[in-house]
Amino acid sequence: MKTDRKPELLSTAPSFLWLVMFVLVPVAIIFAIAFRPALAAGGIGEGWSLDAIRALADPSYPALFARTIFTAAATTVLSIAISLPVAYSMARLTPVWRSRVLLLVIVPFWTNFVIRVFAWQQILHAQGYVAEAMRSIGLLGENERLLGNLTAVIIVSVYTYLPFAILPLFAAAEKFDFGLLDAARDLGAKPLRAFFSVFIPGIRQGAITAFLVVFIPMLGSYVVPDMVGGTTTQMIGNKIAQRNFTDRNLPEAAALSGALALLVLAPMFLRRKEKTA
Amino acid sequence: MKPSRVPLIALILTLVFFYLPIGFLVLNSFNDSRYASTWSGFTTRWYTRLFERTDILAALANSVKVATAASLVSMVLGTAAAFALQRYKSRLQDAHKLLVAVPLVLPDILMGMSLLLLFISFGMKLSLLTISIAHITFCLSYVALVVQARLQDFDFNVVEAARDLGATKTQAFMRVTLPLLAPGIFAGGLLAFTLSIDDYVITYFVKGPGSDTLPTLVYSMIKKSKDLPVINALSSLMLIVTFAVVAVSQRLTRPAVAESK
Repeated sequence: MKTDRKPELLSTAPSFLWLVMFVLVPVAIIFAIAFRPALAAGGIGEGWSLDAIRALADPSYPALFARTIFTAAATTVLSIAISLPVAYSMARLTPVWRSRVLLLVIVPFWTNFVIRVFAWQQILHAQGYVAEAMRSIGLLGENERLLGNLTAVIIVSVYTYLPFAILPLFAAAEKFDFGLLDAARDLGAKPLRAFFSVFIPGIRQGAITAFLVVFIPMLGSYVVPDMVGGTTTQMIGNKIAQRNFTDRNLPEAAALSGALALLVLAPMFLRRKEKTA
Repeated sequence: MKPSRVPLIALILTLVFFYLPIGFLVLNSFNDSRYASTWSGFTTRWYTRLFERTDILAALANSVKVATAASLVSMVLGTAAAFALQRYKSRLQDAHKLLVAVPLVLPDILMGMSLLLLFISFGMKLSLLTISIAHITFCLSYVALVVQARLQDFDFNVVEAARDLGATKTQAFMRVTLPLLAPGIFAGGLLAFTLSIDDYVITYFVKGPGSDTLPTLVYSMIKKSKDLPVINALSSLMLIVTFAVVAVSQRLTRPAVAESK
């Protein structure tokens, strides 16, 4: 029996040990450092302290957490709403067109993230074509800006996360039996009714995956609010970076990261519950 | 009954939404004006300037070094992981599976922050080495995922046959298993390479001063509003490379998809 396990252990050990060392231990360290004192010069002091945890009671934090959850939720809902009809029509394409369109969806997905956000920064720029056009037809006031607000953050977040929502929904739609839609119509359902009460429940598993792969990374969003947002659109990620790089207060950055980690785990627990139910 | 046209229109609009910003960027890389809002004639001077920027070339070299290391190491670790997960069913593999899944769902900022704290706790100097370790960590899971998909329709009887015909374990692995899995491993490696080249957030946390990769350098150029047209030129070139890589990897993974049908 023992000798039988040798090949299993040999092939498991490299990745297992690597991931314990560089994923599990580091996440545990986040929670440990949150209980350390910060040094004035930047860095981690000796001994233990509750200062960083107490700092989380700062009155500005509930608003920050609420904004983070709202931005992530809005982005997720919009991404899934757009992806549903897209996945539907992709699944109905001929195989040749399907793989062509799939390629077209994957390319922006693999295009450098920073560059895609930068493109939007130029498009939404105060002197850009879009702002000028909107001003000329009176949709945008002289002193109003397209950048630096929550709308900009959500639009650009949807842009960057849309492929993450389309791909799992398309994978589910591809396996969906479209004969069910014909049956629903034969039974008198209007197309919209059939779409909502037959198609969407049919690809539910894909929708759950889409929710998780957009919502969870969005909770840790940092680049988009930093580049197209402003001080009023900061998310937890921006605060972590600020505590870490600007204030050099590592314990407080760790405490915030720990709080974010707990927030991230919540939807996964919800999913586990749903699975067992 | 005629199917509704609404979903098709949604698909076309989404593709337009995807490509407008990218097209805008490429167009502007040939714009003589410094400002994106005015077109003042065609030029290739931003491309010329790009190749004079030694800091960009140095960051590109760093990115390629890290991505090469990350894809090679994660190909080995990821393939071993995929192999173990597919071949054995045990409590150890349940834990292993969970461990492989964590980097896929952990937000970048948490991975960056936690690795930074690890490196600080162990007194490791931040450098290209720490960046590479971080990249290997998130690439490993993606490689494991891709190779596992390939292993799903792998026929282990072929390996048994080779063994029956007198091949040693090593021979069977090197001459039968590995060549059959090679396209999957290669596709995983390509994915790892692109993910590594693309990463900004994790790199920013573990890079330390003086070891910029392309995304971290571009980010600081954008923040300082320095040489924005040069970034357009650089972006356009990177788009071409991305398109080529995606096309190649689609070609590599297609047979696997066709077989599973």
